[in-house]
Amino acid sequence: MKIRLGASAKMIDFLISPFIDYAFMRRAFIGSFVICFGAIPVGIFMTLRRMSLTGDAMAHAILPGAAIAYLISGLSLLGLAIGGVTAGLIVAALAGWVSRVSQLKEDTSFAAFYLISLALGVLIISMKEANVDLFHILFGNILALDNDTLWLLAIISSLSVFILAILYRPLIIECVDSMFLKSSGIASEAAHYGFLFLMVINLVAGFLALGTLMSIGMMVLPATAARFWVSSLDNLIIISIIVGISGCYIGLMLSFYFDMPSGPAIIVSVGAMCILSMLFGSNGGFLRSLLPLRHLKN
Amino acid sequence: MSIKIQNLTVSYNFHPAVHHLSATINQGQWLAIVGPNGAGKSTLLNVLAGFITEYEGSIKGINPNNVAYLPQQTKLDKDFPITVLELISTGLWQEIGFSGGLSDTQIERCMNALEAVGLDGFENRLINTLSGGQLQRSLFARVLMQDQQVILLDEPFNAIDTKTLTDLTLVIKEWQNKNRTIIMVTHDLEYVKDNCPTSMLLAKECIDLGSTKSVLTKENLDNAKKVSEAFDENSAWCIS
Repeated sequence: MKIRLGASAKMIDFLISPFIDYAFMRRAFIGSFVICFGAIPVGIFMTLRRMSLTGDAMAHAILPGAAIAYLISGLSLLGLAIGGVTAGLIVAALAGWVSRVSQLKEDTSFAAFYLISLALGVLIISMKEANVDLFHILFGNILALDNDTLWLLAIISSLSVFILAILYRPLIIECVDSMFLKSSGIASEAAHYGFLFLMVINLVAGFLALGTLMSIGMMVLPATAARFWVSSLDNLIIISIIVGISGCYIGLMLSFYFDMPSGPAIIVSVGAMCILSMLFGSNGGFLRSLLPLRHLKN
Repeated sequence: MSIKIQNLTVSYNFHPAVHHLSATINQGQWLAIVGPNGAGKSTLLNVLAGFITEYEGSIKGINPNNVAYLPQQTKLDKDFPITVLELISTGLWQEIGFSGGLSDTQIERCMNALEAVGLDGFENRLINTLSGGQLQRSLFARVLMQDQQVILLDEPFNAIDTKTLTDLTLVIKEWQNKNRTIIMVTHDLEYVKDNCPTSMLLAKECIDLGSTKSVLTKENLDNAKKVSEAFDENSAWCIS
């Protein structure tokens, strides 16, 4: 005998049953949840330091490392992660070092090294005949996360939160007044290179789940959305994590019910929230500018 | 402890910006560094602050870790969302380091510093809501928090109204009473004549150093203007 469900019960069933019925949906949600905690706070600093496009460059720069790992060990996730982190760190270190010791600005040196790196990556991937798996590297496969990968994501995110907690203060000082830390030496270097390291490990975590091209979206979009609602740093971090996690949930639902590829579905969902924030945000949103101006007495 | 600069030369691409400079700055001295654009004033300040480490000659009696440096406002990212209290508490960096929390006494010191620069009640304002003068006051408060023996000020009174200028001059005089060494780069000769006891007139080389009255003479200023700003592309090597 079939039990008739009420409308609200049906709704609840619609909203949570994919995650109850299917282990791969649960894993996907846990994976994206974990990534949000690691990547989004780093994304906030990236947008505040005007490094969004540097991050995008880094996301491409990890490709040859992943490609070499793929040639050696196939689609082993640990291999891909190690390869990605290695390539990312080499490019970050080279570009960071060149911009510090020469007159080249950071964006130019990053662009130079990431283009070289990206071209190498494409060359290496094309050396192997069957290219179907390229799709996984570029767009990830969050619906195929196994336990090992989940552990890897959790370790990367925990490490990221831990390092960010240590670097939090020097990073803020470096953002506001980069000269200030320079005379005290070590802290300034730690903030600069430590932040690049954080970017790389979070991009790699994102790339395992969402793919190289999508991983940067998880860092930039929630941070951008949040800036249209709040302005203090603490609030930015809280709101953007909420935006990120909701985006992951909505994206996975879209992916489940409409059979969409999950990585892009997640990024499009977060992106939609970002555009809505641009339109309706209380802190500089577009609609706000249409309202009549008013002011206090003092 | 006095600061001894001996035969200091700082070059960019081998062209000297500061050339064979020797000077002694005594503890407790308030020194204004003046000179035309391109005279090497900021370069000299950056060497003293430890930002420039490649130079010829020697500097004794100053340790970059024990220097409070007030940057020009253009060097700051004013849009970064931090409050005035957070900004000035970064002056405690040497004490609290990466992870130390602020004790109640330290927060009280911050509040006292804000009061000293006339910013009481501003502690929770984001820095992007401050006027230029208010931001300058909070940077002075940060120098107060740093509480160092040597204080370096880079163009502290650019685009500042007279009220702020008067208030912040009182803060500097307070430092002088505590026997701090104050070295200040500025363009404002009138201010220097009215306030700073000693000055250095710089035009790559030191034209004159001593009491402001004896340094800022018409003859010295004319000499300073004659030093060419442009590099000589075919210059021979300086071997003196």
